Amino acid sequence: MENSIIKIENLIYEYVKQEVLDDGSTVEKVKRALNGISLDIEKGSFLAVVGQNGSGKSTLAKNINGLLLPTRGKITVKGVELADDERIWDIRQNVAMVFQNPDNQLVASIVEDDVAFGPENLGVPSEVIRQRVDDALKLVGMYEMRNKAPHLLSGGQKQRIAIAGALAMDPDIIVFDEPTAMLDPKGRKEVMAIINKLHEEGKTIILITHFMEEAVQADRVVILKKGSGILLDGSPKEVFCQSETLRDVDLTPPLAVELGDRLRARGMDIPQDITRIEELVEYLCQLK
Amino acid sequence: MSIEVKNLCHVYEAGTPSESRALEDVSFTIENGKFVGIVGHTGSGKSTLLQHLNGLLKPTSGQILIDGVDITADGTSMLDIRKKVGLVFQYPEYQLFEETIAKDVAFGPKNLGIEGEELENLVREAIEMVGLDYEDYKDKSPFEISGGQKRRVAIAGVLAMKPEILILDEPTAGLDPRAHKDVMDMIKNIHEKYHNTVIFVSHNMNDIANLSDQVLVFAKAKLLKDASPREVFAMKEWVLDKDLDLPDVTNLCEALREKGFDLSETIIDIDQAEKEIYDIFK
Amino acid sequence: MIRDITLGQYYNADSVIHRLDPRIKIIASLLYIVELFVVDSFIGFFYATAALGLVIALSKVPLSFIFRGMKALLIILIFTFVINLFMIDGTIIFKLWIFTISKEGLYAALFMTFRLVLLITGTSLLTLTTKPISLTDGLERLLYPLSKLKVPTHEIAMMMTIALRFIPTLLEETDKIIKAQQARGADFESGNLINRAKNLIPIIVPLFVSAFRIAHDLAMAMEARCYKGGEGRTRLHPMKYGKRDLVAYVLVFAFLASIILLRIFI
Repeated sequence: MENSIIKIENLIYEYVKQEVLDDGSTVEKVKRALNGISLDIEKGSFLAVVGQNGSGKSTLAKNINGLLLPTRGKITVKGVELADDERIWDIRQNVAMVFQNPDNQLVASIVEDDVAFGPENLGVPSEVIRQRVDDALKLVGMYEMRNKAPHLLSGGQKQRIAIAGALAMDPDIIVFDEPTAMLDPKGRKEVMAIINKLHEEGKTIILITHFMEEAVQADRVVILKKGSGILLDGSPKEVFCQSETLRDVDLTPPLAVELGDRLRARGMDIPQDITRIEELVEYLCQLK
Repeated sequence: MSIEVKNLCHVYEAGTPSESRALEDVSFTIENGKFVGIVGHTGSGKSTLLQHLNGLLKPTSGQILIDGVDITADGTSMLDIRKKVGLVFQYPEYQLFEETIAKDVAFGPKNLGIEGEELENLVREAIEMVGLDYEDYKDKSPFEISGGQKRRVAIAGVLAMKPEILILDEPTAGLDPRAHKDVMDMIKNIHEKYHNTVIFVSHNMNDIANLSDQVLVFAKAKLLKDASPREVFAMKEWVLDKDLDLPDVTNLCEALREKGFDLSETIIDIDQAEKEIYDIFK
Repeated sequence: MIRDITLGQYYNADSVIHRLDPRIKIIASLLYIVELFVVDSFIGFFYATAALGLVIALSKVPLSFIFRGMKALLIILIFTFVINLFMIDGTIIFKLWIFTISKEGLYAALFMTFRLVLLITGTSLLTLTTKPISLTDGLERLLYPLSKLKVPTHEIAMMMTIALRFIPTLLEETDKIIKAQQARGADFESGNLINRAKNLIPIIVPLFVSAFRIAHDLAMAMEARCYKGGEGRTRLHPMKYGKRDLVAYVLVFAFLASIILLRIFI
């Protein structure tokens, strides 16, 4: 790909798990979480990675910025290979992460100090940190709350602080590891709105999620299957119309696809590639 | 068992500057055997309400009658209430603590004074009710199973107390789609099998529409609406105004109706939508 | 609720005291504690109270807020007072059954309670006017000479920062676990001591599991945000002594001198 920012080649990741046998002895069992993933991620794109728990989607996210190191295979970020120990901090600065639990990723007891944590670690000069913290907090709409204690904020607000903390490191790529899984619908919408905004501003977004309505907002969707790597890869339209394949991995296709399938089964002529409610409505109107 | 809540009020830290009203004059009735969905944003008072229903919180004023017995009266035995009303908290797997699944599930009934064979039977039944094989799982550690399974074991811990009223606070929060479906199906099965009263809190309007007979909508400490799901979702503007969602299928059918399709008002399940759309083109 | 304890809390305001460098505030607080034990007369206490009053006024922290934190410690105050009141022998001024109050006892009781109130108020002012993070930063800098002796000063400060951040989270978690186990019929209030201790297991185990989960998540998040120890870190709020801080140092040491003089001459 011309404009590739992340290149993943045949990535294999294995966990070693200690298991206690009945007689009390322990054996080491190797579990393969990722089985030969190859992905080229374009600069400025918005990629959604979808899969059930155990499909390795979180493991993939953690491999992209070196929190976990591949058992085999190769990952390069902006041309730098991840195995390169000397450059690991450059890569982490460039590939920021936002995690699932809004509580467990905030370090400081004051909002702005937390947002400053990343750039502080990078040794950024104080005046520049101040500027970045203010910009990041304004972008996520939490500037007014900069002197508050995180534990007094809602889940959605905490997650916005975590996003500001990632942004303050001035990354090109942000990986979101199920950022909305623990939020209520309101918090979920707030976070998705910010993700879309960051995408518009040119950041490369990787969103790990199991909510279809979130994946639909991306411009590319990858479906992972436990043990066998990438199952589907394409635009949301190309992926979500494959309802059978989705059901095979226990993912629920969007309503328009589901209803389209049922009507087609009754003999109606509904095109396969209708994935959104609006499209189905429009098509039915024409048919009438 | 029926539940009657009369003018329930709850004020946290009354008389201090941080005083906050969590429930204001809430009254409703739930008949025996009903499946009730509770809807509302974080901070709307729903969690406070649930904790009142099994006596964990005392009302500032008002009454709660369970099968006609006032559980807010002085001298009410808390164990009696907990025997009748089982409450499953949000993320209940965070309360697991025993070495084995069987022991953990037994914690509740043991506290009720049940022992021996009866205890084992209850534990077996509860574990099987949540769709796990008793023999396979009883001796496993509750910390070594998957997230979805932990959730089920934790729910089994409450089911083993044989509550006639089962209350679940966001039972599928944080689960992936498969585990979500499994847990909702499981709750539905339990309800169909035991005809117990089930109350569940959810943000998922599809679940609310599919499962509940009655919906309670909370906002800012008040009960705003107490009606059937169809009645609630019929008030499309009102629901959206309260920052809540409509079920996907309702959205779709309303969009079609606006374009002049002759569909019934407020369709909330996909089967009906499929049938009516098909009938139009037949 | 547990989270309303104001002791150790930060009161957000913009005052001279808030703006002082944390290092001077820490040193002043330490000296203040020493001074309270140097003072041996009520006159000295009134003098210290006046000084403290001035600092509180400058800090813009409402008195009511400070005393709310004191409520939690009321038991300790009463205990100190009563113990001193009844336990010290001397000229008896009041007697009822086995209770005797001596002149010396009354004096000691008032004296100790006075000292304790001043101690608590003064030291809580440190946390009330200093953000936890600048407090730990200040400590780290003050302890810096020790790092030459291989004392992990940065790590200690970081641990304190994290502890301060997660205390409210863990308290909330505890609250939830207690309620969840109560809903399963657990009883934490009755029974003898051994039984009660045993009854805590259903709370303690989940709490530990939670703490480990938090630690794991947080370590991961910190690493993702390029945390690699104290070396090469910069600060959002760099610590630099200003003119204000120098004035404060002069005042603090002048006060120390005056307290010592007071002790010698009165």
